[in-house]
Amino acid sequence: MYDFVRGPLVWIALLVFVSGLLLRLVWMVKTVRRDPTVLPAMTLRHSLRSIAHWLIPFGSRSMRTRPFFSAMSYAFHLCLLLLPVTVMAHSVEWQQSWGIRWWSLPPRVADGMTLLVILAGVLFLLRRVMSAEVRNVNTPLDLLILLIVLGPFATGFLAYHQWVDYQTIIVLHIVSGALWLITIPFTWLQHMFMFFFSRAFMGSEFGAVRNARDW
Amino acid sequence: MADLADMQVVDKGLEKAVAGLSEERIQEVIGSVLSQAVAGRLKLYLQTCVHCGLCAEACHTYVSRDKDPDFAPVAKVKDTLAVMLKKKGRVDAEFMKNAARVAFVECGGCRRCSMYCPFGIDIATMIMTVRRICSLLGVVPQYIQDTTNSHSATSNQMWVQPDDWIDTLIWQEEDAQLELPGLRIPLDKEGADVLYSVIAPEPKVMAQLIANMAVVMNVAGIDWTMSSADGWDNSNMAMFSGDLEIMGRIERVHWERALELRVKRMVMGECGHAYRGAVYDGPKWLGWQGPPLPMIHAVELYYDILREGRIEIVDKLTEPVTIQDPCNIVRGSGLHEKLRYVVAALCDNVVEMSPNHEHNYCCAAGGGVINCGPPWKLSRLKSIKVKAQQLGRTGASLCITPCHNCHHGIEDIIGHYQLHMRTSFILELLVKQMKMPEGVRG
Repeated sequence: MYDFVRGPLVWIALLVFVSGLLLRLVWMVKTVRRDPTVLPAMTLRHSLRSIAHWLIPFGSRSMRTRPFFSAMSYAFHLCLLLLPVTVMAHSVEWQQSWGIRWWSLPPRVADGMTLLVILAGVLFLLRRVMSAEVRNVNTPLDLLILLIVLGPFATGFLAYHQWVDYQTIIVLHIVSGALWLITIPFTWLQHMFMFFFSRAFMGSEFGAVRNARDW
Repeated sequence: MADLADMQVVDKGLEKAVAGLSEERIQEVIGSVLSQAVAGRLKLYLQTCVHCGLCAEACHTYVSRDKDPDFAPVAKVKDTLAVMLKKKGRVDAEFMKNAARVAFVECGGCRRCSMYCPFGIDIATMIMTVRRICSLLGVVPQYIQDTTNSHSATSNQMWVQPDDWIDTLIWQEEDAQLELPGLRIPLDKEGADVLYSVIAPEPKVMAQLIANMAVVMNVAGIDWTMSSADGWDNSNMAMFSGDLEIMGRIERVHWERALELRVKRMVMGECGHAYRGAVYDGPKWLGWQGPPLPMIHAVELYYDILREGRIEIVDKLTEPVTIQDPCNIVRGSGLHEKLRYVVAALCDNVVEMSPNHEHNYCCAAGGGVINCGPPWKLSRLKSIKVKAQQLGRTGASLCITPCHNCHHGIEDIIGHYQLHMRTSFILELLVKQMKMPEGVRG
């Protein structure tokens, strides 16, 4: 079991993730090329200007109006993206498998960051359930997607501390990670890369076409 | 929970259309609209939306309605376009009536929500697509449909007949001559520097604005003209009723009139949506790269003539004054700094609303909402409590509104919420406070 999830499953997940992502991109390009109003409106300068304002912490008024939520969201996304590629256990795997030497985070820092992801994720989950305007537009599927995102972090945390049977939890960790990768191109988790394109269009539409700011 | 009082409003336009609507026809229309090229972008948006609800607080209707979740922009999409897509158009007539209420009355397409969505999802365009579907099905509130019918038959919004139009211009010329003897309103002058166009409510109910502009044009020494023929009206309610064929036709008439007269540029009065129609939506629909001539909004004209010293302000207001940033010329064209330059020239004591500039709250009248008429007036006013609070906090006694929709919307807000405030176009202040030529006025 362990050999299967560590080997073929990870490759399958990566393959689905990358090909799903490419398919999405191809479909997006085809869609916007059919629409004569999108590409002529776009400029690089206004695209980057908008993306930058929405990537810099508190760079938009939207973020400034809810400081706690924005800070949590920022920390959540940053840790979520950094952890899979900088956690020591992953670096060791790469070194053993492919001989790649790669920088990794001190384990205690990575542990804290993992906790932060889980904590923020739980808060997001609560917000989706408790807050009326969010609950109104959320389905059980939305909550499930969030749980899929949290899966690898919760299991990774348990695996690191070895509080439960390591062999079981490491298999669960890899399976949940694979599930996460596979889910990204086919659910709203695709905002991970669609963010840049929708922002670029709106930044151009506001900036280049209408001479206004969108942050 | 949507407002029950709103759900019981009887709008003859909606009732009549819904009574004769078959589900096959609905499915056919939704299918045809959502298979068009522009719908692809909307589907991408729907797949990207993470349902975080951050757009809710951006919407004046949501904030004004005590945070009723059904008034959040994302909920408005969820209850209309998203269902149409999910069910592949298999929705019933009652659903369409509800969708029409949401799309025409509960959203004015001010685009503020797009500035609060982390991904910049263009929610207003989705709602406008719902209006397009409603329009093709004839499910449109009676009053706004009437303005579209008027555009179709007369090119102007308010059934103004050709003889009435010319008569009004002559009448206003005479009125303006009381201020400035010998003044003319040049009609159909070929090769003039400026063609001035207005919206039909001006000759219909606010004709003095035409005389005011005639005085300003003459004092500033601008080589200008107005059109006696169709194309004089720059308003475009068809853009908001979803009748894009008529929208395109009247923009074409508007621009072709300017080209026939071989003018160098077009100046329009203080209206926001007309600017949007002439500069963005019209040319886009007609397949033009952009407007064929420069279009200058009144705010830009005032800015230019004040900066160049072509008119001089001799009397400044000292009372506290606040400024409404209209969505179509601020979020839609970035004119907020020029607007402030003009207001600062006229008023000593400007108290800003908060938030302002691109982040200003909508007036709840624009985007065709006020044009849905008396049946929906109470609903509209309930949806704009936040603007009343915003206005009240300034302590100003005058709100400057350089847009006809904002003007009427804020007038209604002042009445409904009993604010001690009045509202004015810039033009009305300008004509009272500028220096007239020697010997003309005391």
